[in-house]
Amino acid sequence: MSRRSAIDAARARSAWLFVTPMLVVLAVVAAWPLARTIWFSMTNATLVDLTTYDFIWFDNFVVHAEGRWYGIFTDPQWLRALWNTLVFAAVSVSLELVLGVIVALIVNASLPGRGLMRAAMLVPWAIPTVVSAKIWQWMLNDQFGVVNAMLEGAGFTDGPIAWLGGSSLAMVSIIMVDVWKTTPFVALLVLAALQTLPKEIYEAAKVDGIHPVKVFFKVTLPLIKPALVVAVIFRLLDAMRMFDLVYVMTGSSEETMTLSVFARQALVSFQDVGYGSAASTGLFLIIAMITVIYIMTLKPLGQEKAA
Amino acid sequence: MKSNRLIKNGALVLLWIVVALFLLFPFYYAVVSSFREGSAIFEASLWPGDPTLANYRAVMTDQPFAKNILNSLIVAFSVVVLSLGLATFASYAFGRAKFKGRRLLLYTILGVSMFPQVAVLSGLFEIVRLFGLYNNLLSLVFSYMIFTLPFTVWVLTSFMRDLPVEIEEAAIMDGASSWTIVTKVFLPLLAPALVTTGLLAFIAAWNEFLFALSFTLTNEQRTVPVAIALITGASQYELPWGNIMAASVIVTVPMIVLVLIFQRKLVAGLTAGAVKG
Amino acid sequence: MGLRGLFASWKSVAAALAALVALGPAQAQREGGAHIAIACGALGIELELCRDAAQEWAAQTGNTVEIVNTPNSSSDRFQLYVQLLSSQSADIDVLQIDVVWAGMLQSHLADLEEPLGDRVDAMFPALGANNRVNGKLVAVPWYIDAGVLYYRKDLLDKYGYAPPKTWDDLTRIATAIQKAERAEGNGRLWGYVFQAKAYEGLTCNALEWVASHGGGSFLGLDRAFTADNPQARTALNRAAGWIGTIAPRGVLNYDEEASRGVFQTGNAVFMRNWPYAWALAQGAESPVRGKVGVVALPKGPDGKSAAALGGWHLAVSRYSRHREEAIDLVRYLTRAEEQKRRAIVGAYNPTLTALYDDREVIAANPFFATLYPAFENAVARPARPAGARYNQVSDAIWRASYDVLQGDSKAGPALTRLEDEIARIAYRARWSEQAE
Repeated sequence: MSRRSAIDAARARSAWLFVTPMLVVLAVVAAWPLARTIWFSMTNATLVDLTTYDFIWFDNFVVHAEGRWYGIFTDPQWLRALWNTLVFAAVSVSLELVLGVIVALIVNASLPGRGLMRAAMLVPWAIPTVVSAKIWQWMLNDQFGVVNAMLEGAGFTDGPIAWLGGSSLAMVSIIMVDVWKTTPFVALLVLAALQTLPKEIYEAAKVDGIHPVKVFFKVTLPLIKPALVVAVIFRLLDAMRMFDLVYVMTGSSEETMTLSVFARQALVSFQDVGYGSAASTGLFLIIAMITVIYIMTLKPLGQEKAA
Repeated sequence: MKSNRLIKNGALVLLWIVVALFLLFPFYYAVVSSFREGSAIFEASLWPGDPTLANYRAVMTDQPFAKNILNSLIVAFSVVVLSLGLATFASYAFGRAKFKGRRLLLYTILGVSMFPQVAVLSGLFEIVRLFGLYNNLLSLVFSYMIFTLPFTVWVLTSFMRDLPVEIEEAAIMDGASSWTIVTKVFLPLLAPALVTTGLLAFIAAWNEFLFALSFTLTNEQRTVPVAIALITGASQYELPWGNIMAASVIVTVPMIVLVLIFQRKLVAGLTAGAVKG
Repeated sequence: MGLRGLFASWKSVAAALAALVALGPAQAQREGGAHIAIACGALGIELELCRDAAQEWAAQTGNTVEIVNTPNSSSDRFQLYVQLLSSQSADIDVLQIDVVWAGMLQSHLADLEEPLGDRVDAMFPALGANNRVNGKLVAVPWYIDAGVLYYRKDLLDKYGYAPPKTWDDLTRIATAIQKAERAEGNGRLWGYVFQAKAYEGLTCNALEWVASHGGGSFLGLDRAFTADNPQARTALNRAAGWIGTIAPRGVLNYDEEASRGVFQTGNAVFMRNWPYAWALAQGAESPVRGKVGVVALPKGPDGKSAAALGGWHLAVSRYSRHREEAIDLVRYLTRAEEQKRRAIVGAYNPTLTALYDDREVIAANPFFATLYPAFENAVARPARPAGARYNQVSDAIWRASYDVLQGDSKAGPALTRLEDEIARIAYRARWSEQAE
């Protein structure tokens, strides 16, 4: 009893001392800048001179003046960016989830070369996003791209397809690249979960002659659900703040502009710090909502090891 | 029965090959393209044909690409050292001690790791400008903490919790200070975890684009991703795709090698923060 | 006091660390003379010309120069300038700026009136008017640009056409030649290529179409939206009709270089481009060498030919640590001898009007003579009225034009939306509260 409390006291004494440096750094790089961004979102500051501005409350978000509605929530371009972001997040995460599970199941089958396969899965993940964006941009080039050459060679198309320019195909292409790049990540998480499953259940199911598809939906899926939830949350948050892939592959084209690209364009290209900060704050609020929901579903961390 | 099984395995192997091809082809094509020059690169053939190193030479001589790589290394290493240093002590507190507000802090930190980077961009601009760090690698080291620190704290905390209690208790009974316990007792035990988290932080810093694009300006100060995104050709007559692909291969090969060497540890690290939490 | 001191020491610590990390930006002091960093062209002949001249200046004056690498796309370049200048960085001393940036960057640029005002008075008057903002001269014009129409002399001769005067002529001739040539097996030939990618170049093209139909230039000098008129609609709808008929669909992703690529490989009858393409199309390796002609851009039924005013100027950063030397470099680069060399070697149009009477310049570029009136009557993009918001206005213009070209929208609704977007920009900029 006294031994325990002596240890706890010793630990607690140094705890704050040990945590403080990290907290200070986080406050300077995260909390303070975030507070400033929220502050700027209620001003009309510009990048030319960050020190003189007027405080305009919520005019950057929504305001009715001179017989019109202004502010990001009524700006067709911001709404378009919101729509693009939601479409991108929903479609790419669903595809990654389904394909990730399928790939994990394939790789989980005990065949020789499983290690090699796992290694191959890590390759797209290891390639920096900007580099994969550039490689795909080159492969999807309308004049000289290998994708068009292969499609034409196989007789599927008779003219070059403009994958990245001037059509709704741009979003399809970007989703495709994201799926290529991050499906392996999902698959690895699922694979880790699959390998913890007890083999006995499957042997029992086999003996009983239950169809494998039924086994998957009745047994496997419920057991790997926690891993899937984690994968979905991580991917969803990543997808909602997508920047580099879109910026490199299609620039600030309206077809594919995401909320992050919109915010950076307002902030840097147009030097409109107030409006850009409002756009960033909008994105922050959306992501904060998802995060809070996620954290609330987590098992309380304090009670030693969960599961 | 037996032939049935053979067919099934055959189909599986075929599936594997299809998946592997899809995963590996883009990188293979980048390598092939990087070895072609002039008009050959526009032929969209699947084989190198007449391989040349001209693109690699061009990337290293026409632009400060070696400097870009050095920049990326400096930034990534500094980020790893700083965040591991800060996180090790913090994770000891979070993983072993019971103190007020601990859980709230942990969740706040988890929340920070989910921040959209663009949400702090205007605030960071102001700080970077205030300290005169614009177009300077320090601004990157500093701003990258926002995503490496929360994540290293979380993963290390989860490793820290799993370490045996007995050693620590013995040390405390011997009158060792918490500092000694962390540096002398836990650090060696944590080494594998540090390698894993360090590697993940390294990869994150190496790949970062938004801050690097916003806080650097000149080619000499750019990190690798920005340099590749903004690469220009040596002359107006050629599209610089050969150079871009050569640069891409140069920065990707070490990453792939690293990831393959540490693949088991990486997967463990990736899942540790997530699954255990 | 205490706080300021704290910040000051912070700054010096940060600066010391910075120098350590950056491996020392120490070149500056090494050679005794000043170290001047200049941002000029991104690649090709533009970069070569600038580098050679700047190094010549350095050798003559005992200073050193460094050519700062900048992105090829001008909107990327602008972003870099903004980031750099707004952080008051001394990393670049001399910058090459676009004609439309004078108003946007003016607060960061040094006043050149006293040292170089006289020289600017000897240039095209529109340029001086553009660059004298708020009573100071923010940049010295280096070369002037205006959109022109390139055509394949050989093909027009073959089918017995004269260069087109109106857009109707152009459409007709392009359709006829494309059809006839394709029938002869020249399957990759297109009638007309221009710049329709969603970027600044499309704003220039759209301005030329609209202005040459008598539809104004989108934004009046009083900042009133003027583009929603029947002429502007006709102009944009006509351009949309070219896509997929006389222009490849890929034109929606073409910038200057992409369209030049198609024209110079002999795959287009007409091309809209800037004068720089002339020297390249007539270059030793060009497949269309000797087969190219240049005329003013066509006009609409009741308008007159309109060429978007372009060109690049040299400015000195207010934050330069060597302002005297930087100004001297600008003086050196914009003097008559240098402009003449650039005109002869790179076909860059001089801003000094006197050079258009120079025999050697005209001998190297016979078409310069036909450009002179175009420069005098070029149509400025709405940079003056838009001021600091020009980028946003231009972004709105090219997006609206792109929608029409792509077929997503007819000109009418697109222009109505454009008006709404410009109203948003006006509201944020508080245009109604400040008289121009």
